[in-house]
Amino acid sequence: MAYMHIGKDFVPPDVPGKVTGRIKYAEDYARDGMVYARLLTSPVPHGRVVNIDASAALAMEGVFGILTADDVYPDGEPQSPSLKVLTNEPTLMGEPILAVAAIDEKTAEDAIAAISLTIERLPFVLDPLDSLSEGGANAYNGGNTFIFREGFAEEKWTADQVASFRSGNEPTAEAQQSWEYGDLAAGFAAADFVHETTFSTAGYPHMSMEPRSAMAYWENGKCFLHGTSQSLSAIAEPMAAIVGVPLEDFVFINEATGGGFGQRARAGSIPSMAIPAKLSQKINRPVMMRVTREEEFTIGGARQGLQGWLKVGFKSDGSMSAMDMYCISDNGGKGGGGDANSAAAGVSALYQTEAMRFRNTSIGTNTGHRGAQRGPGENQIMAIMAPIMDKAAESLGLDRLEIRKLNAAQNGDVSGPRSEPFTSAYMPEALEMGAAQFDWEGKKGRARQTNGSKVRGLGIGQGYHNAGRSGMDGIVRLMPSGRLQIHNGVGNLGTYSYASTSRAAAEVLKMAWENCDVVTGRTDRHLPITSPQDGSNSIFTNTRTCFGAAQDLLAKMKEIAAMDFGGDVADYDVDGVRVHQIADNTVGMTYAEVAQRGMELGGKFSGESDLPEELNTLTALSVSRLAGSALMGIYHDPSHSNNPPGFTVTFTEIELDKETGKFEILDLVTIAECGTVVHPQGVANQLRGGAVWGIGLSVLERHLYDPQNGLPASSGFWQSKIPTYLDTPAEIGTGWVDLPDPENPVGARGIGEPSMGAVSAALNAAISDALGGHMFDAAPVTTDMIINHIAGVSEDATPLAQNNFRG
Amino acid sequence: MNPKLTRRRFIKGVIASGAAATSTTIWYTANGQSRPAGAVERMIRININGQMRNVDVAPQETLASTLRYKLGLTGTKLGCNRGECGACTVLVDDIPSYACSILTHSVKNMRVESVEGLEAANGDLHPVQQAFVDELSPQCGYCTPGQVMSAVGLLRSNPNPTREEARQAMAGNICRCGSYDSYLNGVMRAAQIG
Ligand code: FES
Ligand code: FES
Repeated sequence: MAYMHIGKDFVPPDVPGKVTGRIKYAEDYARDGMVYARLLTSPVPHGRVVNIDASAALAMEGVFGILTADDVYPDGEPQSPSLKVLTNEPTLMGEPILAVAAIDEKTAEDAIAAISLTIERLPFVLDPLDSLSEGGANAYNGGNTFIFREGFAEEKWTADQVASFRSGNEPTAEAQQSWEYGDLAAGFAAADFVHETTFSTAGYPHMSMEPRSAMAYWENGKCFLHGTSQSLSAIAEPMAAIVGVPLEDFVFINEATGGGFGQRARAGSIPSMAIPAKLSQKINRPVMMRVTREEEFTIGGARQGLQGWLKVGFKSDGSMSAMDMYCISDNGGKGGGGDANSAAAGVSALYQTEAMRFRNTSIGTNTGHRGAQRGPGENQIMAIMAPIMDKAAESLGLDRLEIRKLNAAQNGDVSGPRSEPFTSAYMPEALEMGAAQFDWEGKKGRARQTNGSKVRGLGIGQGYHNAGRSGMDGIVRLMPSGRLQIHNGVGNLGTYSYASTSRAAAEVLKMAWENCDVVTGRTDRHLPITSPQDGSNSIFTNTRTCFGAAQDLLAKMKEIAAMDFGGDVADYDVDGVRVHQIADNTVGMTYAEVAQRGMELGGKFSGESDLPEELNTLTALSVSRLAGSALMGIYHDPSHSNNPPGFTVTFTEIELDKETGKFEILDLVTIAECGTVVHPQGVANQLRGGAVWGIGLSVLERHLYDPQNGLPASSGFWQSKIPTYLDTPAEIGTGWVDLPDPENPVGARGIGEPSMGAVSAALNAAISDALGGHMFDAAPVTTDMIINHIAGVSEDATPLAQNNFRG
Repeated sequence: MNPKLTRRRFIKGVIASGAAATSTTIWYTANGQSRPAGAVERMIRININGQMRNVDVAPQETLASTLRYKLGLTGTKLGCNRGECGACTVLVDDIPSYACSILTHSVKNMRVESVEGLEAANGDLHPVQQAFVDELSPQCGYCTPGQVMSAVGLLRSNPNPTREEARQAMAGNICRCGSYDSYLNGVMRAAQIG
């Protein structure tokens, strides 16, 4: 289909501000009379605050006030493992206990040094299996796990059960969570190749470049909060609730966000923004709270680590007939997540497994706050699965590409325990495109070729993530100036989807992009509700809302024209400048004129009546404040059916030096299967960024804690091993299948998350290939692990260790 | 990093100014807006973006702090405030340098350029900025000013770098969004149009 905007590159309106430094992040704002907050954080990994004596601090010159958990939660802290604004019951080292506001940060620090904190040390634990073991410490005060709607609980295995799992056997204890489909026993009976192993994938921090600093002030009873988020409208209502202010009195300001990756999608993962808001309310001054890199590490979120066992069977033709997976998920000191479940669902989707069982138990540890991180679960498991696919291919005498094609998801396929159909799926096409672009046929013979100490390895990876929600709202306004204002509450964290999804509205109205404004950046610009910009949702979800709102506007434009010039609405069309009769395009009016008429007519035309009944609370509030200001298009998006997938494929070639354990990526091609591409440069950026994240997952990033004291040893960029220019190839090949999805009006689906999984999978497969098929069954596979394997040195770390070096 | 402004020299400078030389103390004190007890506050003149600016600088104050909180030049970002990420990169006598790890007093006689100083008087973007727009190099944008300054510094010393030379020269700038390839595309385009 020929589009005016969809599939075309453009300059998103915030890009000039990013290259000039003019765009403002929360920490770039200042306010007259602003004071500074600093945090006193937990000095122990698990404890209970017994007493806080702040009298000396509060008597100091330049100190304005203190905020404690008792101020925030006068009725007691909520009994859940969720991150609190402040806490008296820290379950991770560095968790915020109190904040002090002072004339400057130095004074605030001095005041914190003058506070006498009495804290009772409690036993701590860093590895879920240590906590599961009889007599092991519990991460939380009420146990080591949290059962939804029931509360804290204790889960224990016998020491033998833990030891058996650590030594490679299937866990025997009953799991907290499970699902199953198909005939598992029959699937394994039909298998000609069966592989069984334990595996581990590391937890590691999000480490967004912008620390989660926030600034707040109050004016006329309203709270203005400059913060950071992945979705400023989705966050508004729950954030107002955390601050304790009615939604109509809360203004969230967030022009730009310096990275999110899952941990700024929801208010519950960034409750620290309420600290300056509540302090400001208490001391009646604007408060800036700058967050340090170490604090960002502690409360900024981390991927869940997985300790798992799996058994997978393949028939002689290469089809995956059965898969059995059991995971222990590391919930950290706060938060949690559904990585294991997504990992299993991802295997089902990607490999079309005929029969499958999934079991999981989630256990807390006194380590960094956990939550969703880019492709949670799917991206870890794909790194484990790719070398297994290669081993199956080798054992069954199949080509590595062919076994993937044979199991690939395509149109009409279903996945998961509910056999949910895909909205569309073109994995075979993606595999073929990647193979051609990479020249798989030409290169595959180079696998395992040696040159001195160097050996080549080739890898194919696949990624998957469920990529689209619905049920959100859209607002567009045609102004008396003739300009189109597209209200969009998607966060601005670098995907540019706040702008690219808006182009679906311009497309419907055939408007030049120069005549459109994206209205965003602060909630008092009256935004519709959007899905949190997580889970690769925005493209699918918000093209639907923007398209729908523009359709509503278009219908109103035609109705007004028919009213004024006679005939039926079907007799009219638009050309980007005028609404006119199809038969005689001289009969009609300009966009500016129809906007003016809409305002004169009022009622449904200007958002004063006949609103969609199901509008969400925030949207209804925004519409009520915009009513009468323009000719308005307002839309509530109904639920869609089926599962919109995002698929990726990566081919890579590496050269591994057996003397050093290091490798160089010689070539890397990564392909997106995400329906119609809305913004090619944006997709290319997601593929490149996802590739860098995939490299981090498969070979670099992991939590490290000192087992003696529970101190984090990887709280900075350097120790966290965030990939740099030199860890990534100088050029990453990209491409996309670009076939439309029927459940989206412009055919689009999301891609941000799976862009990472295919790369982590391909890289792990290539390392395994270079090492003659050796499987580490782990992510990351670090240089140490590679060199130890080559040298035949067995590692002395505990098998399946989490938050430490793995064995 | 500017060989004239090594971490060692920074720490020596901090010691000389009376502040304790631990990184955490630097973080907490270097950004303070008030005078530490017993320290002598000094009004100095520094050359920022071609203009001599009078500014009141505490002895332990970092250049990033002066730029952001004294001069309102918030384009210079703080990603780590401890010399790990490059978000704070500025040019000091044309050399890309981490502003979080330089004492302002140490650049009194040097030319400091921040991202705000790159646009032409008529508002035209610097070739590096324009190339970064054309290539859609930034994602979240938080590392972008630092990437821009490193690229400008590179192209001043090596106007026609190979992609590999650019990759090496930019290696002090972390991008958590992983936009490295897009930034390199921008650097190579800027070299062509610059
Ligand atoms: S803020 Fe200066 S190097 Fe990170
Ligand atoms: S663009 Fe986000 S950190 Fe570089």
